[in-house]
Amino acid sequence: MPIARDNTATLFAEGGASTLRLILFLAVAITVMVIDHRGDYLQSLRARASLLVEPLYRLAALPASVARATRNAVVSQEQLSNENRELRQQLLLAQARLNRLDALLAQNARLKDLLDAQQHLGLSVQFARLIDVDLDPFRHRVVLDVGSNQGARIGQPLIDAHGIMGQLIEVLPNTSVAMLITDPTHAIPVVVERTGLRAIAYGSGASDRLELRDVPRSADLRSGDKLLTSGLGGRFPAGFPVGVVGEVSTDSKGLFIAASARPTAALDRSGEVLLLQDQPQPYGPPQAKSADADAGTSPPTDAAPATAANASTPATADKAAATSAPRAAAQPARASTPEQP
Amino acid sequence: MNRLRQQAWLFTGSLLVAFLLQMMPLPGAFEAFKPYWLGLMVIYWSLDAPERMGLGLAFALGLCGDLFVGELLGEQAMRLTVLAFIVLRFRSRLRFFPLGQQALAVLALLANDRIVALMIRGFSGEAMPPASFWIAPVTGTLAWPLLYVLLDNLRLRQRARE
Repeated sequence: MPIARDNTATLFAEGGASTLRLILFLAVAITVMVIDHRGDYLQSLRARASLLVEPLYRLAALPASVARATRNAVVSQEQLSNENRELRQQLLLAQARLNRLDALLAQNARLKDLLDAQQHLGLSVQFARLIDVDLDPFRHRVVLDVGSNQGARIGQPLIDAHGIMGQLIEVLPNTSVAMLITDPTHAIPVVVERTGLRAIAYGSGASDRLELRDVPRSADLRSGDKLLTSGLGGRFPAGFPVGVVGEVSTDSKGLFIAASARPTAALDRSGEVLLLQDQPQPYGPPQAKSADADAGTSPPTDAAPATAANASTPATADKAAATSAPRAAAQPARASTPEQP
Repeated sequence: MNRLRQQAWLFTGSLLVAFLLQMMPLPGAFEAFKPYWLGLMVIYWSLDAPERMGLGLAFALGLCGDLFVGELLGEQAMRLTVLAFIVLRFRSRLRFFPLGQQALAVLALLANDRIVALMIRGFSGEAMPPASFWIAPVTGTLAWPLLYVLLDNLRLRQRARE
């Protein structure tokens, strides 16, 4: 023990902490930080220690969940009936929208078939619940109750009923950590719904603000424009609402537009979220179907006029033509490969 | 022997509670007001029981903190080591301060801890935190007298029971 128990040390003595030990520990700390910064070992370490970490997360979340449960238990009848009525109205509205969407979906499927595009609108999602753990108020992270045992993977997009919330950055066996789109280190490629203008929405560190930077001044961007995911970059699927543009002004240098946007997802309110299962399909021309690149790229261009010519026939016939044309085009290419050697 | 064991219980218990408090969520607007409990606990124990709390233990606690809530392994280890070092170095004087003056010293310590954190985050390329980053040391200062009186009371009671 470096400290003398009988306290013979004078008021200005060095005491128990020698500078040498401090330097030693600081050096170790810096080494650990540099190694971790380069290699990101903390996540794998946390995954290893999950037996210790996960119960502590749940324990820390306990008071908040107990408080919520109590509030739910004592909430008044009137409030419940109000909420019920509101939810009923919302359901009705959602149903009406869905009905309209069904028609659009059918139309879209027909058009997609015509184009032989490989994008699917069918979503497969996984339900997840937030665990109320505060990792750091200045970093926008949330903890979810699904992990690798439930099939979660790093990079999966996270959505709620209103839009994109974020993505998974860390997966433990039974919990996972997601970064929200408002995190200052997060950026998401978006497209303006009205004009098709592409931009990148950066997190601002405030939970109700995204920032659009580097948009040229000539661009047509107005307050109230809706931002959707563009699907570029391959991480987020295209077409999900991200935010609504708020104020639009020029940046400090006067060269670019600096706009802010409000996220559509209820980032600070959602208790239940959805994890998207499908990795998004990248934009671009359809993939070549055969092994031969030159034989594979030409059939779709040949097939397009053929299907376009059939467009006047009923939809079922369209589908048959659309699906059979590429297959028929691919077959000669496949048949030609054995002849080559 | 029994007394030593009881003190060890209080020691580990208080640290565990500090970890839990650190992870416990507060309602949205109050998040920035959460004091750095782990730092406060390290200050208390290196002030009152330096034979238990050394630089090594502070470092280990920091590593645990990083494991639970951190972003970069070693960040809190470095912060807590610095904190423990300063307290241990000036312990003989800090111990005899009246509670109010001690709280001011704690404010300086926590502010210094924030500066160290800011430095580390700056070097690792993170964005500048907002101004509310600096509220936590103040609330930590306000929490200090409560924490000090509570823990001191618990220890006195243990001693009196013998």
